[in-house]
Amino acid sequence: MEPDASFAVQMCGIVKEFGAFRALDRVDLAVKRGSIHAVLGENGAGKSTLMNVLYGLYQADEGAIFLNGERVEINSPTDAIAHGIGMVHQHFMLVDNFTVTQNIILGDEACGAAGVLDMRRARESVTRIIDEYGLEVDPDAKIEEISVGQQQRVEILKALYRGADILILDEPTAVLTPQEIERLIKIMRDLAAAGKTIIIITHKLKEIKASSDACTIIRRGAQVGTVSVADVDEGELAERMVGHHVNLVVEKTPAEPGEVVLSIRDLVVRDERGIDAVRGLTLSVRAGEIVGLAGIDGNGQRELVEAITCLTRAASGTVSVKGAEIQNTSVRNVHAHKVATIHEDRQRRGLVLPFSVAENAVLERYREPEFGRRGVLDRDRMRSFADELIRAYDVRPADCADRPASALSGGNQQKVIIAREVSGDPDVLIAVQPTRGLDVGAIEYVHRALVAERDRGTAILLISLELDEVMSVSDTIAVIYNGRITGTFKQGEVDENRLGLLMAGGEA
Amino acid sequence: MLNNLLLLIGITLMYSTPLVFGALGGVISERSGVVNIGIEGMMTIGALAGAAVSFLTGNAWLGFFAAGAAGAAFSVLHAVAAVTFKADQNVSGIALNLLGPGIALFVARLIWNGGTQSPSIETLPKILGRGALAGTPWANLNVDVTVPIGMAAALVVWFVLYRTKWGLRVRAVGEHPAAADTLGINVSRTRFICVVLSGMFAGFGGASITLAIISQFTQTAVAGQGFIALAAVIFGKWTPHGSYGACLLFGAAQALVIILGGGVVPIPSELLACLPYLMTLVILVLFVGRSVAPAADGVPYEKGAR
Amino acid sequence: MSSTTQAGGAGRIQRILHKPITAALIAIALGFAVAAALLAAAGYDPGASFAALFDGVLSKPKYISNTVIKAAPIILTGISVAFAFKTGLFNIGAEGQYIAGTVCAVLVGVKLDLPMPLQIPVVVLAGVAGGAAVGAITGALKARFGIHEVITAIMLNWTMLYVNNFVANSAAYHRPSSTASLPVNPSSFTTILPEWKVSDAGLEALRQVPWLYDFLVKTDVNIAFAVAVLVAAGIWFVLYRSKLGYELRAVGFSRDAAEFAGMPVGRNTLIAMTIAGAVSGLAGALMVTGIEPHSISTLAGFENYGFNGFSVALIAGSSPIGCIFAGLLFGGLLYGGQSVQMAVGAPTDIINIMIGTIVFFVALARVVPLLADRLERRRAQKRGAQHA
Repeated sequence: MEPDASFAVQMCGIVKEFGAFRALDRVDLAVKRGSIHAVLGENGAGKSTLMNVLYGLYQADEGAIFLNGERVEINSPTDAIAHGIGMVHQHFMLVDNFTVTQNIILGDEACGAAGVLDMRRARESVTRIIDEYGLEVDPDAKIEEISVGQQQRVEILKALYRGADILILDEPTAVLTPQEIERLIKIMRDLAAAGKTIIIITHKLKEIKASSDACTIIRRGAQVGTVSVADVDEGELAERMVGHHVNLVVEKTPAEPGEVVLSIRDLVVRDERGIDAVRGLTLSVRAGEIVGLAGIDGNGQRELVEAITCLTRAASGTVSVKGAEIQNTSVRNVHAHKVATIHEDRQRRGLVLPFSVAENAVLERYREPEFGRRGVLDRDRMRSFADELIRAYDVRPADCADRPASALSGGNQQKVIIAREVSGDPDVLIAVQPTRGLDVGAIEYVHRALVAERDRGTAILLISLELDEVMSVSDTIAVIYNGRITGTFKQGEVDENRLGLLMAGGEA
Repeated sequence: MLNNLLLLIGITLMYSTPLVFGALGGVISERSGVVNIGIEGMMTIGALAGAAVSFLTGNAWLGFFAAGAAGAAFSVLHAVAAVTFKADQNVSGIALNLLGPGIALFVARLIWNGGTQSPSIETLPKILGRGALAGTPWANLNVDVTVPIGMAAALVVWFVLYRTKWGLRVRAVGEHPAAADTLGINVSRTRFICVVLSGMFAGFGGASITLAIISQFTQTAVAGQGFIALAAVIFGKWTPHGSYGACLLFGAAQALVIILGGGVVPIPSELLACLPYLMTLVILVLFVGRSVAPAADGVPYEKGAR
Repeated sequence: MSSTTQAGGAGRIQRILHKPITAALIAIALGFAVAAALLAAAGYDPGASFAALFDGVLSKPKYISNTVIKAAPIILTGISVAFAFKTGLFNIGAEGQYIAGTVCAVLVGVKLDLPMPLQIPVVVLAGVAGGAAVGAITGALKARFGIHEVITAIMLNWTMLYVNNFVANSAAYHRPSSTASLPVNPSSFTTILPEWKVSDAGLEALRQVPWLYDFLVKTDVNIAFAVAVLVAAGIWFVLYRSKLGYELRAVGFSRDAAEFAGMPVGRNTLIAMTIAGAVSGLAGALMVTGIEPHSISTLAGFENYGFNGFSVALIAGSSPIGCIFAGLLFGGLLYGGQSVQMAVGAPTDIINIMIGTIVFFVALARVVPLLADRLERRRAQKRGAQHA
């Protein structure tokens, strides 16, 4: 690649290794000034690593970077900022108990004499940028008090405050509603029109089509190619990303629901601050049916799950399984009623990472006599049980029973959890964000497993922030907003826009 | 009555001051994300350095500053282990608590010919000069000069943490080091400096015992006050003002013990001595409860590990 | 061919560096090195000092015996701290629990005088209960009110110190014209053959075997070390083979995952601290029943049995079995250290510096495997470059 001043960014032959693992293998990326350029790849393909190299968080082992045709060395975020590069990370880099203004000015503070902060001047310049780009957010609010969409705007403001001309957005839509995504895309277009160059990292094909001019595809650390987005359709993009044909639709037969198994009536749950998070929610799930709960993060999903699983108290209302009320009992009583849960955040809640796979396999069942009597563990039985699960669910490597769970990949960790939860033949399965952070292959696997469990007659409640997932896997779709169900639909009877409006609190 | 009240105030201020310095050191270090159990060891080093320099030069002020310098130098060990090598901060802190008294006593024996106790040394002045107001109850308020220095230090630490850019950065590093890193703030350097500053404050704390309260160095000069200071940090919810209050409270409890121990109440002195400790626990149970440490306190920062 | 052997050799070094014991050994070696440098700097002969140290531990059966006696309580407090570590708790309160053990053993052992087979278990269990109670308070305050166990422990350590002084000076227990309490009744003694070895017949018999004479008569040989070994094995079994230990470790590693799996986190905190306290209390009870003067004294400061246990647990990498060896090392350093001063005049504080240095390098030594990995990677890269 020749240095060319019409490109805002040129990355040439970038190699980055972590130990023996080659995360990036001679990747090229060229981004035209004033354009929106997507970097597409699966989880773990190396797209975030590539951007972290551009932002100076990692140093490339080989390769060169040119900005506007000039060779540059970027050895730290400070260098990147000095070269006009800003980055919005997937996991926001915001200090929760700081205000919006404090977060924006951090590291580049407006100061009077002797380093004393001049908060008034800081606030003025922050307000000016907010107005200039129409990025509405309260400069005095604390981060922990504002919505995820607003937090993202703060991240963008941080970059603009530092005079960024090149803006990297890492998986920016993962946590947004369709309407918020539309709004973000508009912001991106406005910024591009104002002469900023935008690089968006994503694995969501639809958004690439909606937002980007060009798209570079990365697969297993290698660059597969760069295409003009207008020339390709989503299927082609997916195939190039994964390397083989991908089925974008979840295959399943129509549901044959039976009796109501899980029934939630007028449930009220308060959050840690004592504010009602679930406000009189009523929902039922029948045997052999997947009910998907669509909603934006923070609308009571977490409190709902914690109340069903008795991790938190219900202030009022009932949760019953096959007619027996289980609310406000104990986690173990919930297990006894054959309710299994795939919790969100498998590394923190689903697994004890330093424990072996065998130890994790019995995390909820070690007290049963099957796994040892008189308080002593039957380690042989634990092992053989784990081996059964490993075989049935194709967990890899196949000899992992004695290895720590932390040594497994994310997809295989999730397989261990699903295998464990399903091993007790549950009547109810609650799956919270079961595919978060997994690659396409693993996602397909999890979806198939959920459908298979449904076909066995289990009542499944799927809670996901990914609207596509809810729409493609569920037989019934319910929308949660502000702690209530605001709409219930059969699969195929509702479109994304309508769901999006409901999720945002609109009338549909 | 007035006499007892003034006595109470005077003793409270006297006993709380070493704790204030120790606690301020703890606050600085922990707000930047480095747990500092080693305050006790750092205070012991300061106690010795202050006494030794005052003994050798006859100048208590020189001793006081030497104590800060010695505490800072000693804390470099903790900084290197905890920040540079990202070692376990608790283990490294405990090592300092073992090393501090070990080194202090070793050096003490070299200076004072095999004894761990110094002769009486030149001390820091009282705020109104020695002997002022003597004979009146108000003499109780003629406290050591370390008392206002401690107050001023608390104010300065508060101002720096909440009103200056360095404070903003220190707090950001302690809450979300990755965020600070992505904005070009050097996390390791910030933490290193904070640990060394905490050593300096702890050193002052040690010196404010030997150069003001007991006028000499002894084996039991610090005797656990570093741990009490640590408790004050948690009690004060990791803020300079909260910790200052916690130290005052503890000092007041000590003062009560002394005043009540004068035969005012028929309680054995040993049981009375438990009062400050039990009172702290009761107050924690009744009023404070769960306290939230800085989010990244105790977590070594690894680039790229998010 | 040569490159494979090289790789094999590097792999072996790799494995050795990854073993936890390597880290401990490196730390111990560095502790000696720093002490040597310091001694030399202060004008003492390091060689002579260390010779005195080793002589003071190994040169006579009596010394070996005393080292083991000295080691037993810190092995136990070490196990107490290690056990708490494994369950995610920081038992800085071992000191106070140990004191509670001594106090409770004295409270019961002075007043009660049962036949020996009953008296010993009762007195020892009193100490165990005392330590367990102090541990339980710490655990309960954490579980119920969320109060950090380090604060509670610091406060309780001091409280127990003063309670100790109160008992030692109380009318019912004070031994006149001393700073100590009355000794516990001889029926409580856990010394091995306490009466026979000082009887005429016993002395006569023992004189036939000089080393045994040295061993038994000149020291307070007692059951504490044997008990400590049994406790180490027992705690290991509880942690790694029992359902309770499985639960406690799960809570220790991941509070969230344990809670989500239905384990009662609060109750486990209480149980873990109670067990940890019981083990430290046991150390105290065995100290009172096994060693002269079989009483408690007024304390001006801590005797560091609990804090030394902390160092023991750290060097042992929180392994209960490892605590036996780390405790013996400490016993040797503490006991042999006294000879250093006598032989070369160097301050005994050098031993504390050594212990501190060892713990400091234990903290750093955890980094060794990581550094080894990095080194290996660089070597592999270089090899790759040469081949290319």
